[in-house]
Amino acid sequence: MALLEVKDLDVRFAVRGGDLTALRGISFSLDKGERLGLVGESGAGKSVAAFSILNLIAMPGYIAGGQILYKGRDLAAMSERELRKIRGNRIAMIFQDPMMTLNPVLTIGTQMVEAIQAHRKISRKDARAIALDRLQKVQIPSPGKRLDQYPHELSGGMRQRVIIAIALLLDPEIIIADEPTTALDVTIQAEIMDLLLDLCEQENVALMLITHDLGVVSQVTQRMLVMYSGRIIEQGPTREIINDAQHPYTQGLINALPQMGEPGQRLFQIPGSMPSLKNVPTGCPFHPRCSFATDQCTRMMPEYVRSGNVDVACYEVANLIEQERRMQEAES
Amino acid sequence: MTTATVSRWDRFRESFVWYSFKRDKVAIISFLVLLLMVLAAIFAPLLAPANPYDLAQINIMNSEMPPVGLDGADPAFPLGTDAQGRDLLSTILYGTRVSLMIGFGAVLLQAVLGILFGLMAGYLGGKVDAILMRIADVQLSFSTLMVAIIVGAVFKASFGNLMFGEIAIYMLIFIIGIAEWPQIARTVRASVLAEKKKEYVEAARVMGFGTRRIMFRHILPNTLSPIFVIATVQIANAIISEAALSFLGLGMPETQPSLGSLIKSGFDYIQSGSWWITLIPGLVLVVLVLVINLLGDWLRDVMNPRLYKG
Amino acid sequence: MTSPLVSIRGLEKRFDLSGNLLEQITFKGGRLRRKQEAVHAINGVDLEVQKGEALCVVGESGCGKSTVARTVMGLLSPSAGEIHYGGQRIDNLEGKASLPYRRKMQMIFQNPYASLNPRMTIQQTLEEPIRFHHPDWSTPQVRDKIHEVMHSVGIDLDWGSRFGHEFSGGQRQRIAIARALAVDPEFIVADEPISALDVSIQAQVLNLLMDAQESRGLTYLFITHDLAVVEHFGTRVAVMYLGRVCELADTKTLFATPRHPYTQALLSAIPKLEDDRPNHIRLNGEVPTPVNLPSGCVFHGRCPYANERCRREVPALITTDGGTQVACHAVEEGRL
Repeated sequence: MALLEVKDLDVRFAVRGGDLTALRGISFSLDKGERLGLVGESGAGKSVAAFSILNLIAMPGYIAGGQILYKGRDLAAMSERELRKIRGNRIAMIFQDPMMTLNPVLTIGTQMVEAIQAHRKISRKDARAIALDRLQKVQIPSPGKRLDQYPHELSGGMRQRVIIAIALLLDPEIIIADEPTTALDVTIQAEIMDLLLDLCEQENVALMLITHDLGVVSQVTQRMLVMYSGRIIEQGPTREIINDAQHPYTQGLINALPQMGEPGQRLFQIPGSMPSLKNVPTGCPFHPRCSFATDQCTRMMPEYVRSGNVDVACYEVANLIEQERRMQEAES
Repeated sequence: MTTATVSRWDRFRESFVWYSFKRDKVAIISFLVLLLMVLAAIFAPLLAPANPYDLAQINIMNSEMPPVGLDGADPAFPLGTDAQGRDLLSTILYGTRVSLMIGFGAVLLQAVLGILFGLMAGYLGGKVDAILMRIADVQLSFSTLMVAIIVGAVFKASFGNLMFGEIAIYMLIFIIGIAEWPQIARTVRASVLAEKKKEYVEAARVMGFGTRRIMFRHILPNTLSPIFVIATVQIANAIISEAALSFLGLGMPETQPSLGSLIKSGFDYIQSGSWWITLIPGLVLVVLVLVINLLGDWLRDVMNPRLYKG
Repeated sequence: MTSPLVSIRGLEKRFDLSGNLLEQITFKGGRLRRKQEAVHAINGVDLEVQKGEALCVVGESGCGKSTVARTVMGLLSPSAGEIHYGGQRIDNLEGKASLPYRRKMQMIFQNPYASLNPRMTIQQTLEEPIRFHHPDWSTPQVRDKIHEVMHSVGIDLDWGSRFGHEFSGGQRQRIAIARALAVDPEFIVADEPISALDVSIQAQVLNLLMDAQESRGLTYLFITHDLAVVEHFGTRVAVMYLGRVCELADTKTLFATPRHPYTQALLSAIPKLEDDRPNHIRLNGEVPTPVNLPSGCVFHGRCPYANERCRREVPALITTDGGTQVACHAVEEGRL
């Protein structure tokens, strides 16, 4: 059984003039120790997905349907009290901005001790020992000193290390990291990613990495999902998708990267931009920007088809597979 | 040009301001009450049964008549009369007019001074900022009352009582305007400081636009929301200030009463049983200030950019 | 070699942190002391931008790249050094004298959500600069110009009556580019113009900038932290670290043979699609604050090759055999 299984998750936002659908029919699973990448541009719904897994979606957002099964228990149907036992304890979260997690008026040590004592009956001294151990694990220089420092005394990279240390405090089984390195410089970003990857491997923690950076996804994750306008349009093994993307959007996203272009030449570009939630097109949400779009695409949302080990929601891909099958049939 | 105005009207109807106004009963009621009072004040000469400024229409024999419904009431005076025999309804209508004129006039003066100094202090910064803001501090450390007492005394002494009645309204606008401009200047300065860091201001500087053009064409329109909110509240404050000054005898003379001086003139007769002369204008004043403040609160919520973006 | 279009000479910029005289005085060890602190954003930068090229300035946050851009555009005045445009010194010009350069030099900003005046329609945003710089133009002339730039950045003519907030980030950036192009500049400083945009939109804007360069013969000073963009876009690259240029080379040369240890680390840190794991050169520590600059080479604290000389002596830019200019003792001594 998968550690975490999300089934047909719908998330909506109640706003004036009716509900907006932020996530539609999201299904994926995460195994123990697996590293999964969630890729998409802003507005694709990847952060909403991360927040709704822990049922942290605040009004006006709400979970309108589907299940979030953690070890077979549905987080979407759980009481706030039960959820609190899981949040930060079994499933930890790392945000883009460390100051979302860190309280500026408390020392790092106090915050870490409090986080432990919230879930475990343990003496202050023991909790501090655990905190120190985690700070050592994230390779922060002079960890003993950091316990008594305030967040503002640390640099951005060090703060993000502290955040990772806090996430590891209670030996979680899943870490959800929402753009953990976007605010950091390139060299620091590489170090933090490296660290996160090493720790997940060492401790056998499952990682759900939310990012817009395909390079990072390629380096860190084993499987990936590509989101567009609140839907998963493609999911499968990372290497397979990066090397041979099936969905026109994923293809466009990869080919639009400057490293894929010839220096000095025009880059491949996807026309237009992602629709806002207020006016998601009918049918496949990508069809207005898609060069393969047919009449069918404008009418109905495509079902997932399997190509290799990848699930893709695209009529064009479905047709290609169908053609191939017919050709094979004709041959035999 | 009609197409432009239509689209602007459409834009307003689709805007968040209109949307939240429609849903907020307090705002709608406050707005309607205020509108009613403003219209009544503007059309006071048409609506009022009598002209309280016209000495020929006043008969001292009619003094201290109670409002309709009480013993000894005269249907010609629906709200009764004051100690001088003036129709209270007419006097209140004219008084509201005076109070509102002073309120709006004073805030207009505050806004002109406040916006000008606030913009200069915020955008130019450095020494200009330091000097203007110290002036504002000094200004705020004088209470409005103190300024009014001094200026009022000087005015009365130099123009004489008769002439003073004529110019009292301008004097009050001047006093309240001068005393309160730092409030607006500070608000403007704070939002200018926030705006001037934004890249559209840098883009304007890169274009080579002059300081004045950037200040007035680019920054000022973007600081209007907070100015609007504070100006609304300041109108209520100005009306109260005026009422307080008049109550102390430093404001409008009883020949041209504002709500404040009406309250004062009736105050002496409360003991003798003529409570309506004070109470009715007092209620009108309370309602007027209350609806303006409620509207101000609503505006502040609506124009809060954090809520607005959503 | 022809004379450069823009040259930056010995540029320095400090931001005073200590406030006025009263705030500077502190009481320490029984006596009053005057303490002055400043952020040393740029510490002696020499750069020349050749006509028609795209010179990219790369570096991490706090390296002074944006300060260079703002100083060149006159948004900040240099603490020392000079800016020349077409042979004429411009950093000390004021008022009317600077106007021609305001037209020839334009800037594109990072944040498309802040770079458009929220109270102005797109039409007003584009019209104002044209009328300001060409007061003699007739209304049809102005209108034609607006249509021309709107067309060339690919925005709909119908958008004119709408406001900036009605558009997406990519569309706003197009409008901002149209505003810069409206006054027919020769030279554009682009300060991280795509880093606030989504991946698929970045490609659109980069293409647009390249098209404009080709059709209008523009020269760019392109500020970015993203080396992948530089490889694609830049003619030459200057890598900055803590307010100094540590390496300057042709794009191809720099990416093929980076010389400075910092450039090497920076290049290795780009996450590449073909990587299965992060494989970057590990640096010690983090970027020091520009308030208290390290002595000697600013990079020595993080450099794996630093020795005693690096801690003492500031390295000068030297030209290597490959044509790369690099400021590194190790390269100069042949240790690297």
